[in-house]
Amino acid sequence: MLKKHMILKNHYSDSVALMRIAADLEALPGILQATVIMATEANLERARAIDLLDELIEAQPNNILIAVSTQDANAAAAAFSEVEMQIKNLSSNKDLPTTIEPEAKSILMSVERNAELNLALISCPGEYAGAEAKKALNLGLNVMIFSDNVSVREEVDIKNIGLDKDLLVMGPDCGTAIINGLPLGFANVVTDGPVGIVAASGTGLQQVSSLLSQWGVGISQAIGTGGRDLNAEVGGISMIQGLNTLLEDNKTKVIVLISKPPSNDVAEKVINVARAGSKPVIVCFLGWDDKRSDDLVQFARVLDDAAEFAYVKVNNGNVPQRRNFEINCGVEEFDHNKDQKYLRGIFSGGTFCYETQLILSDSLGPVWSSTPIDQAFRLKNSWISQEHTVIDLGDDEFTQGRPHPMIDHRTRHERILQEARDPETAVILFDVVIGYGSHANPAAEILTSIEGARNIAAKENRHIDFVGFVCGTDRDPQQFTRQIEMLKSAGVKLAESNSKATLLAVSLIKTNPVTKDYK
Amino acid sequence: MPDLSNKELNITNVGLRSFCENIQSAGGSATHLDWEPPANGDSEIGSKLADLVNHKKIEVANDEAFGRYLAANPVLAGVGMACENLPNMVGKTILHAGAPVDWRDMCGPMKGSILGAAIYEGWVDNLVDAEKMADHGEISFDSCHHHNAVGPMAGIISPSMPVWIINNTEHGNQAFTTLNEGLGKVLRFGANSPDVIKRLKWMEEFLAPTLNSAIQKTGPIELKPLISQALHMGDEVHNRNAAGSSLLIKKLVVGALGSDSTQNEIKEMVSFISGNDHFFLNLSMPSCKAMLDVAHGVPHSSMVTAMARNGVEFAIRVSGLSGQWFTTPAPVVDGLYFPGYSMDDAAADLGDSAITETSGLGGFAMAASPAITQFVGGSPADALLQSRNMRNITIGTNSQFTLPALDFAPTAAGIDVRKVVDTNILPVVNTGIAHKEAGVGQIGAGITSAPLDVFVQTITPLHKSVIY
Repeated sequence: MLKKHMILKNHYSDSVALMRIAADLEALPGILQATVIMATEANLERARAIDLLDELIEAQPNNILIAVSTQDANAAAAAFSEVEMQIKNLSSNKDLPTTIEPEAKSILMSVERNAELNLALISCPGEYAGAEAKKALNLGLNVMIFSDNVSVREEVDIKNIGLDKDLLVMGPDCGTAIINGLPLGFANVVTDGPVGIVAASGTGLQQVSSLLSQWGVGISQAIGTGGRDLNAEVGGISMIQGLNTLLEDNKTKVIVLISKPPSNDVAEKVINVARAGSKPVIVCFLGWDDKRSDDLVQFARVLDDAAEFAYVKVNNGNVPQRRNFEINCGVEEFDHNKDQKYLRGIFSGGTFCYETQLILSDSLGPVWSSTPIDQAFRLKNSWISQEHTVIDLGDDEFTQGRPHPMIDHRTRHERILQEARDPETAVILFDVVIGYGSHANPAAEILTSIEGARNIAAKENRHIDFVGFVCGTDRDPQQFTRQIEMLKSAGVKLAESNSKATLLAVSLIKTNPVTKDYK
Repeated sequence: MPDLSNKELNITNVGLRSFCENIQSAGGSATHLDWEPPANGDSEIGSKLADLVNHKKIEVANDEAFGRYLAANPVLAGVGMACENLPNMVGKTILHAGAPVDWRDMCGPMKGSILGAAIYEGWVDNLVDAEKMADHGEISFDSCHHHNAVGPMAGIISPSMPVWIINNTEHGNQAFTTLNEGLGKVLRFGANSPDVIKRLKWMEEFLAPTLNSAIQKTGPIELKPLISQALHMGDEVHNRNAAGSSLLIKKLVVGALGSDSTQNEIKEMVSFISGNDHFFLNLSMPSCKAMLDVAHGVPHSSMVTAMARNGVEFAIRVSGLSGQWFTTPAPVVDGLYFPGYSMDDAAADLGDSAITETSGLGGFAMAASPAITQFVGGSPADALLQSRNMRNITIGTNSQFTLPALDFAPTAAGIDVRKVVDTNILPVVNTGIAHKEAGVGQIGAGITSAPLDVFVQTITPLHKSVIY
């Protein structure tokens, strides 16, 4: 073993800095032990004590002594040049102190930094989301909880705190909202205007706000409540709070309420609040038949109707100028063969899937689904369609380990190809949801699937019709018109809304000469 | 009714970063949180924590506790004998650092130190007998903290040891610490050889009276101004005390020269203190203890009033949960080691000196001490970041202790257990590292963090105390 040392004269460095360098030296190949010290008597004593110095050395207290034990003289030389460089760096490393503030770690921290905060958008895993929401409320912030998997008990707790503190609680499982014109979560960029929306359905909210915006009627606020809000356990706390908020909001002239059918008690509670107000309220509890429509409270069975009724209220009885995509869709080509009898609806929006089932059961009869309205028609295997089938690929069953189909089209792509292989498929119906949060160019993805499907069908001399609609606006990053043009150019038969698209698909099934006999 | 219409939305985003970016690109104002599940992912405790955020009772209690801490005025009143000054210091009592720990569970340095103290007290004259005495339960052990005292490293205080007497003139409480023996082979690192005992005896018989006469001549010395000045001279008064020690000796020399002490006694005193840059540590520690003890025991308060390590467990006390220690296994410090030593040789984290961090000094005041910033990654910028970061877990700041490098910003002080658990930002502690075997002494120094677990433990009892 060799013991080597080097002396740097007239250098002073703090011992801590030198210890750091010594630690680096010991990591170099071939160095057994190293010390880097100011050569004071006490320090030299210490170095001798661990047997690093075997010769008398002449060093002054203001010298830096580097001593190493090694098997290899070259390693020692390398170590010494490393030290010289590092010691020079000690004095030349003059980066200015960093001024970039690290991101806040808690809601409290962000409030302490910015007293102007007024809303927390929470999308962390569900088991923690309730606690984050409580913190936000305790700090005086409104909350939107995008996360799901929050227990009903916790949901009720949180919503009661919100009521108590006069703070808005949107969610849990609230996918979308538009507050003061700002799209939150999955939302569309709509124009500002007189219609306020409270919705327990994310895609329902997107459909109505987008249609109105396309027709030139803006949105004041679109408040989400989360899908469970109108269940008996939660009792519509958020919908009633949201409704009351809009009734008092000066900008809001007409209100639209959207939900899947609530329990009767909750429905009556909500309707009573609407009746007690002084603004027209359109109530769209999907499929809800209610004959009590009047000037103040008007019932709409589907989303498209809700949007149209709101338009009519705002425009003193005038109806919206509908965009007639159907003209270009070539309905005359009834070239399905005799086995092609069925409709397959492949959705990314849960509410669209639900609404389509409503319309189909009125017009075509039984519809199978993995999320059926009528439990008797639950698909035996969600991954395999039978007869008329509509599925929501956004349902948990399909999203295990994969992002939502509005972001990641792989599951939908595979399913469309699978439907194309089925000789009984006549029409494939799909939704394209754009806006913040969605895929950057969903039409392009769908077109790839359609091309693949057509190739499969063509080999067996079949023609499959594709029917779709785009939910969104021209101000969305993906641009409504651009998406429509792409789909149109690929021969997709387009409608303005989900319910119109569904009716179009029904007409393609019903008017097909071969399938006419069916029914 | 909630009213949003008059206000521009200003959003904090917890979870998916893309939501924040979407809001920004839509022209809105949003900031993203660097969020992680609080309380080590224990959602039940996380939910209790949520109830405590901005809870009125806790906020009021913390204002009271923190106010007391700020108002405290520790003053050096003299040097006396432990058994004559510390409460309940009767019989063969030996005090140690950290939370209470049984003799058989103690770490090497603490045991070594206790054996030395038994010889020093004259209870036995050799280590074998000393060990028998301890084994037979003839010595009562207790935490320094239970006797208004704190001790660095092993923190051993035996009855006839001299102690600094600190009076809090604002609230009337006292705090005590032994005199610092210097570096190398010293009792606080577990050394107990005859020369160590000899030095302790000399400190008792010559140094202590000389110091006391000097103090009696100068009159009580206010310690906050001294600490504050030391911060401006490059100390953080935990791992670096060069400035504080120099300032102290300036005061003492004048007093000593005017006292009855002999020329030789004064010379020895001056030379001892001059040779020990850590001398002031044993005054910064009891000053912090005096300030924090008055903040202890305010019902509902979530303020940490002590962080202490006994070489086996890291422990904290919380103001509103008095009478309890919250403990977890002490970490081994990943620091910088003297040549010939590594982490394998190190005792687990040890000593009451984290009382300085609890009081907003030490690691919390790292920005004051560029000379030792190598411990925190190398550059003064890291030290500044560290001092600023601690602001996120404290109740407030102490404007009596300011940091020149941060534009004289006050130090962060009054650790709030809720904020630690909510942010997972851990209090930093600057510390020396003892060899795990008794008697070897200090083998390094470094920085460590208080373990999250002790703070997590406080949430359930705190929740119970405020939510019925």
